[in-house]
Amino acid sequence: MTLDEVLAGLFPTGHAVQSGPYGTICGTGRIEGAGDCDVIGIVDGTPLSIDGALVLAGHVLDVVAKGGKGTLMVLVDTSSQNMARRDELLGLNEFLAHLSKCFALAATEGVFTLGVLYGHAMAGAFISTALSTQVLAALPGAFPSVMDLPSISRVTKLPIETLTELAKTTPIFAPGLDPLYATGAVTEKWDMANLQSQLKGAIARRPAGTADGRDVIGLERKGRLQARAIAQKVIAEAAAHA
Amino acid sequence: MSNIINLVDHDYYEASARDRIGGVLDPGSFHEFLGPENRTVSPHLAQFNLTGAFDDGLIIGAGTLSGEKVYIAAQEGRFMGGAFGEVHGAKLVGLLRAARDNATAKGIRAVLLLLDTGGVRLQEANAGELAIAEAAHAIVEVRIAGVAVIALVGGKSGAFGGGGIVTAFCSRIIVSDHGRIGVSGPEVIETNKGVEEFDAKDKGLVWRIDGGRTRSMMGGADVFVKDRVRDFRAAAIEQIPKAPPFTLATLVAEQARLAARLQAYGDCRDAPEIWQKAGVADPSGIADVSEEAFATMPRLKEAAHDAR
Amino acid sequence: MEQFQIHVASARPAPGDRRQATVGVNASGNIEILVERVLPETECLVEVTTAVTGYRTLWQAVIEDFCDRCPTGGLRFAINDGGARPDIVHLRLMQGARLMGGEP
Repeated sequence: MTLDEVLAGLFPTGHAVQSGPYGTICGTGRIEGAGDCDVIGIVDGTPLSIDGALVLAGHVLDVVAKGGKGTLMVLVDTSSQNMARRDELLGLNEFLAHLSKCFALAATEGVFTLGVLYGHAMAGAFISTALSTQVLAALPGAFPSVMDLPSISRVTKLPIETLTELAKTTPIFAPGLDPLYATGAVTEKWDMANLQSQLKGAIARRPAGTADGRDVIGLERKGRLQARAIAQKVIAEAAAHA
Repeated sequence: MSNIINLVDHDYYEASARDRIGGVLDPGSFHEFLGPENRTVSPHLAQFNLTGAFDDGLIIGAGTLSGEKVYIAAQEGRFMGGAFGEVHGAKLVGLLRAARDNATAKGIRAVLLLLDTGGVRLQEANAGELAIAEAAHAIVEVRIAGVAVIALVGGKSGAFGGGGIVTAFCSRIIVSDHGRIGVSGPEVIETNKGVEEFDAKDKGLVWRIDGGRTRSMMGGADVFVKDRVRDFRAAAIEQIPKAPPFTLATLVAEQARLAARLQAYGDCRDAPEIWQKAGVADPSGIADVSEEAFATMPRLKEAAHDAR
Repeated sequence: MEQFQIHVASARPAPGDRRQATVGVNASGNIEILVERVLPETECLVEVTTAVTGYRTLWQAVIEDFCDRCPTGGLRFAINDGGARPDIVHLRLMQGARLMGGEP
């Protein structure tokens, strides 16, 4: 679906979201009976570049500086991180980490960070946007991934047919909404029918603190059967050690 | 194999993850968590007809550094490119959460991350990606608890993909000549954008774009060390007290320094162009001089910062 | 993928009292070995996991030769194979035995 459709569905009583440079958007959306929420995003399938990451990080820091404890919605329809020699030379890893750190800071400062994935998000762009919010909601048509199947096929030297078959029995590597939901990356799936009420529900249920429960969710949904247990074992051993 | 007393004299690049730990920490102080005898192997590799590692390529534990308690994690870069899988990633996440929990009660001073990774292990892509996101989140919690998180990068795999992002979550970054830090690897850029954009076979280019010299010159790493375990150890000891707090002020400062870098060098496509613009006397010399000579050369003035 | 065990019933007891050691890494052409002192002192067990199938006889020969040359009683060797040649397997087994015997 288009950005306009998503915005109209989320904010039927109105929004003031504008396009910015490098595929970014910024503004506010009105939530009936609950005031405004801040909105930023990377849209139109635009790869996340150092330029776009810096713009978005600036918006996050502005929201934090305002001191409010409301909701910061992050709309995502990107691609992967920008694959360019210039971005890597200038320290793409720092720019992406900086953006992700700003989201983490916002949550510790009492802002509810809510990712809404309605298009693509891959690899480093996925990590620094949709995987950096406290809750990640996915709309129909969302397509999160780490890497596309042809590239996985090239690196693992397995034919795509084999990978497709394997993906039927395990959500541990395949791209797409269902595997990323099962493994705990996506918190909730929303449908287009009543977006604003799902949004209000998410805000009403906003987490009390900033604990990361994705490995617990991955275990409950049977997508990641080991991660939680292993992390807990390490914590137990460390606690028992002097 | 490796004599404990001599580990500190080894080349860092050639050393195994286990030997790096042995040499960086105070001799004999390392206590491993979830060691290989537990056989916590990946449950996902057999279906790809791949054999695993008893520690899934990540060694974690506790020890002392100059007498102070630290936690440590070291990736074995030669096992599946040091890449993050479900078990490997969960071990790191568990260690970081333990550091957060034990910071005050046990007086944990720092967490040392000896990163040597190409990023996510594709056979376990979703688990690897999530582990990276969870590790990054946990690093923030560790830093808020007052514990420094120090990245050491100098192995065969460098710190790529999500590993490059994790590196930049750390309080301080130590890099050697061998250490490359980036997101998309050169081959991936070449495959996707063509050889004009990045000739992955051009080693000189790879090191000028991603290498330790470029990173430390520009402030993408805080210290450049020679390829010796003892040099990494000394740098870690020196950097721990320099860890900045995880606050709005720090991130506002980081926003400013990244904006300034983009403003000054945003149209550069190779490192010598940056050195030229920055007024370095011999721009092409940066890549050519010996490790010894580079270690004493001045960095760009913006490289000395605590905005991470 | 193959997993098999090679059991030696009359090994000479391995000296030293070290409980455990790790040798090598599972990388191309290499192997990882976890050595543990967990068996009765005249028994030796080698467990092999390998993706290179059909060479059990060769593994058997290399391992039996190693146990002939080296006192390995009491030790269990667990191997993750990255496609190593027999000389590398032999080298790593020797390194493992030496570590357990208290040598560097």
